[in-house]
Amino acid sequence: MAAEENGVWGLVEEFVSGQQDSKAAEVATEVKAGRCAVLQVVEALGSCLASSEPRTRGRGVQLLSKVLLQCYPKLTQKEVEVLVLFYENRLKDHHLIIPHVLQGLKALSMCETLPQGLAVSILKAIFQEVHVQSLMQVDRHTVYTIITNFMQTRGEELKSLGADFTFGFIQVMDGEKDPRNLLVAFQIVQDIIVKSYSLGPFVEELFEVTSCYFPIDFTPPPSDPHGITREDLIVSLRAVLASTPSFAEFLLPLLIEKMDSDLQSAKLDSLQTLNASCVIYGQKELKEFLTSLWSSIRREVFQTASEKIETEGLSVLHTLCQSLSRSVVGSDGEDVLDSFLSCVLRDCKHHLCEPDMKLVWPSTKLLQAAAGASYRSCYKITTNVLPLLLEQYNKHTQSSQRRTILEMLLGFLKLQGKWIHEEEDENALIGFKDSLCTVVYSALTDPNVQLQLVGIKALTVLGSLQGFFSASDMELVVDHLYRLIVEKDARNHLAAMDASGSLARIYPSSFTSRMVPKLSEKLQTGQMESSQERALFQCQNSLRQCCLRALSAVSTHPSIVRETVPLLLHYLRHAQKGSVLCAEDMISVCQSLHLLAVQCQQDTESLWYYHQTVIPCLLALAVQAALQETQSQAESPVLLDENVLTAMVPVISAACSHLSPELLTPSVSQVVGLFLHGDVSFLPENSFPRRFQPFQGESEEKQRRLVALLMAFVCPLQRNVEIPELGCLLQELLILSISSRCHFAYTSASKCFAGLVNKCSAGKQLDEVLCNAMERIESGLVDGLERTQVLTLLLWVTKALVLRYHPLNTQLTDKLISLLVDPELGPAAADGFSLLVSDTPDVLNKACHADIRIMFRQRFFTENVPKLVQSFHAADEDKKPNYLKALSHVLNSLPKQVLMPELPSLLSLLLEALSCPDRVVQLSTLTCLEPLLLDAAQILSLHMDTLVTKLLSLTCSSPMAVRIAALQCVYALTKLPLHVLLPYKMQVIRALAQPLDDKKRLVRKEAVAARGEWFLLGSPGS
Amino acid sequence: MVGGNQLENANPLIYQRSGDRQVTAQDEDEDIPDKIDDREIFDLIRSINDPEHPLSLEELNVVEQVRVKVNDGESTVAVEFTPTIPHCSMATLIGLSIKVKLLRSLPERFKVDVHITPGTHASEHAVNKQLADKERVAAALENSHLLEVVNQCLSARS
Repeated sequence: MAAEENGVWGLVEEFVSGQQDSKAAEVATEVKAGRCAVLQVVEALGSCLASSEPRTRGRGVQLLSKVLLQCYPKLTQKEVEVLVLFYENRLKDHHLIIPHVLQGLKALSMCETLPQGLAVSILKAIFQEVHVQSLMQVDRHTVYTIITNFMQTRGEELKSLGADFTFGFIQVMDGEKDPRNLLVAFQIVQDIIVKSYSLGPFVEELFEVTSCYFPIDFTPPPSDPHGITREDLIVSLRAVLASTPSFAEFLLPLLIEKMDSDLQSAKLDSLQTLNASCVIYGQKELKEFLTSLWSSIRREVFQTASEKIETEGLSVLHTLCQSLSRSVVGSDGEDVLDSFLSCVLRDCKHHLCEPDMKLVWPSTKLLQAAAGASYRSCYKITTNVLPLLLEQYNKHTQSSQRRTILEMLLGFLKLQGKWIHEEEDENALIGFKDSLCTVVYSALTDPNVQLQLVGIKALTVLGSLQGFFSASDMELVVDHLYRLIVEKDARNHLAAMDASGSLARIYPSSFTSRMVPKLSEKLQTGQMESSQERALFQCQNSLRQCCLRALSAVSTHPSIVRETVPLLLHYLRHAQKGSVLCAEDMISVCQSLHLLAVQCQQDTESLWYYHQTVIPCLLALAVQAALQETQSQAESPVLLDENVLTAMVPVISAACSHLSPELLTPSVSQVVGLFLHGDVSFLPENSFPRRFQPFQGESEEKQRRLVALLMAFVCPLQRNVEIPELGCLLQELLILSISSRCHFAYTSASKCFAGLVNKCSAGKQLDEVLCNAMERIESGLVDGLERTQVLTLLLWVTKALVLRYHPLNTQLTDKLISLLVDPELGPAAADGFSLLVSDTPDVLNKACHADIRIMFRQRFFTENVPKLVQSFHAADEDKKPNYLKALSHVLNSLPKQVLMPELPSLLSLLLEALSCPDRVVQLSTLTCLEPLLLDAAQILSLHMDTLVTKLLSLTCSSPMAVRIAALQCVYALTKLPLHVLLPYKMQVIRALAQPLDDKKRLVRKEAVAARGEWFLLGSPGS
Repeated sequence: MVGGNQLENANPLIYQRSGDRQVTAQDEDEDIPDKIDDREIFDLIRSINDPEHPLSLEELNVVEQVRVKVNDGESTVAVEFTPTIPHCSMATLIGLSIKVKLLRSLPERFKVDVHITPGTHASEHAVNKQLADKERVAAALENSHLLEVVNQCLSARS
């Protein structure tokens, strides 16, 4: 015991007289280990704590505090009491000692065993004895920490201090300047208010001590280690100011004053703070200030150049009206909301009558912001504004003015939808129904396209308001829409179709009875006439296209789908038989069918109907066409045209991708049976002259093309749908993909194979299939005849495996890389890299439920780019472009964030690629560089010389696309740090004089933009 | 209206902006040269910002396509602009902005003439004379305050 005691004595001695700071930790370890009590430390310190030299006393207190900070959880209640008494006394001591005393008190404030009443006593002592603002920043921070600790653990006790606590804290923080401390202090004030400590008579003082920092003007020093931003301070101060309605009488005048500031940031901050505080204010707080608030808001919205300020101003008005609407009308019957809105109306209404003037839109936006706040304000404003606008519409006869008025009207109508469900009995609009309809109809018949467009939008909004249109109104509406869709030279037919689509969802019967039959009739007659007169053909053609689109656009309700799908199919069948129609027509029918399918996808009932009706019909038509006897081999039915088949693919895919496995199983086996065994029993009208055998060795190319439809059916199925005879199917596809001579057929077969392989579950079957495919690819590449087919297959299979991270993908990719030096296939293989990393529209994408691992591109990049770079350096001069092309395809597909860290190693390569004569390489390198210029300033600035020279030389090079891209890069350069750019300013400006006189306008446009930006660099006012 | 910085014309008439020029197949054909035409010049100046409103010269109808004349063969451009009010103190500044924009955006071979639409401004001749005087234009751009305002007019709106 004595020895240990001696040990502590020794350590204390060394700390105090020997000035060895590390000894404090050793003492703490002793205490923590229980080898020595705190009391013993105090005893050991005895003489120096009583020393007459302040430095020695300070050293002693410092040691004790350091020990306590480590050991405070071990202190007993008795020890704490003694220590508190000691420290409170020390607060009166020499100023040198105070920082250490505060450290000790901080340790005690974290102590759970602190007896009741001592927290108050410590705080009182601090408030009384310490002049906080004359301390150093760290020590002030300690005081805030002590207060925070007590507020967290001993809130009730502190509240017993009443307003004295608040007052004490006000004195503590008064004059605080350090942002780090301010953040803590603001948090304490917020807690004082939120946790309802008594503010007593000190509300105004508390407000003053915080609001003096508003608006925050703080710019963190460069390379600030604390990372406190201006935004942090703004947000925490705002939380304080907007935390209680008691501040209202002081805060509102302050904000009104600051809104008038010349500083945009101060204006913005004031508006945002006002917005935050209005949320908690009621009528009582706001009433007195409404007039001045309104005039400030109005001024900001009317005069500002900044969209941000306008938005904030509008949002403040919105919140203000919301708060006023919440308050109950007082017993004196004075409705503050009503008089406020009258004020708003008075100041804005007359501007609505001048549709050509600047203030018309700000006024409208103000009124709409107020109207959007509550039902009551919406009612009041609508009933005031609507008659006025309707009257103005009739008064002004110019289309452009009418358009402005109708657009304003549209905004008010949209707001109605928000409230109509709440109080149905009192719909503000019903009274204006007739005049509204008249106005909208007049817009719909106006020759001005833009006015028509707004009319259509208004119609959609009115239609979506429940109970606004009766059934007979709808008839008229549908007639108008029909006219707009089929009208000659109609420019708004797309908008009219959209409107029909959304209204058909609500009023399906009006559309099935009045629009669908008319469209179908128009479609038929159009077809008749087209065969007769050549001159009419073009016009009829576009009309037919229009009808087809419209039929799919209105199919937004199951009952309509059942009407329109048979119509479209009938039309297609008719087309096939009569063969009047060209491929273009078939394609547009397919597009309509696809659009329709996409619309049905959310609705299983419609989709199932669609699946059952459309797929057999399309397959039957296609098989029929493929088996048709033709006179010559060259003549082939329109339906087998590549473009038509390609258009059918999405139709079939869309009908398969969203259905559940239970529903799909039968139709999957039917379709597989059709292709493998020629089983046509499920097709309508299935009497064909010959057997359908697309996979038989000697089958004609015509039949083989239909593999595209097989792909469309089986590839998008969800992974849990089982495909019968999968092994056999894969085998046939593999053979076909290599043996076919027809580009369309073998590509489709490869895609189909890849699509299936991508989803096969890993296992023996997959391994065998892939092994087989690999063998065929290897041998096919040696053989001369089918190399192109084999490359196509290789590309698609590689893509399928890269997407799912299959282990074989590395081997396949290496194969592809090695093909880059192939004299025959090299360029095609290089282009193939774009296929590997880009999304494909028909297979192997998300919509097809393909197995796509996240970040496969990044993985592909990290695995293969080093190989490509290495091979590039080793390759002959004439093969280098292939590598560059492959590389730039891979780089182009990557997100910028991934590319950024790799950039230093790749940059020299990219710069080299800029001098590569291949225009594809140039173009893709430029597109790859442009976004990087914005983010990789640091790295790029090292290569400015080369970069500027090469870019400038490309601005006059041969293909215009390259010139344009180069100029866009020169423009993007201006975003680099100024000091990097200035040395090149004159050079660039001089060099860009030449493209200003380029023969192509599109190039000149980019040159003007780039040169203008370079002129502004480092110039005042930019 | 409250506030110290009163605008000369707080509620001006607003005109519609013409949309972006449609890109035609001919524009994209590498082999056909496109002549510089009135619309192209108009596109250069229509988006210049007004010095006091957050609006473009086109929206205020200060510049119009019919008041732009270009002759690519002879390398001449003539632009007339119309101040919103006859006593507009900003007229010289607007003219200067148009002139600077054209000087920066057109090939050097062009002779650029910018003047006020006859009869639309009180001190029309004085302003025209200043704008036509090469040395005075150059001197004006030496003045960093003027250059700042001109550059602000020419900056793309954020």
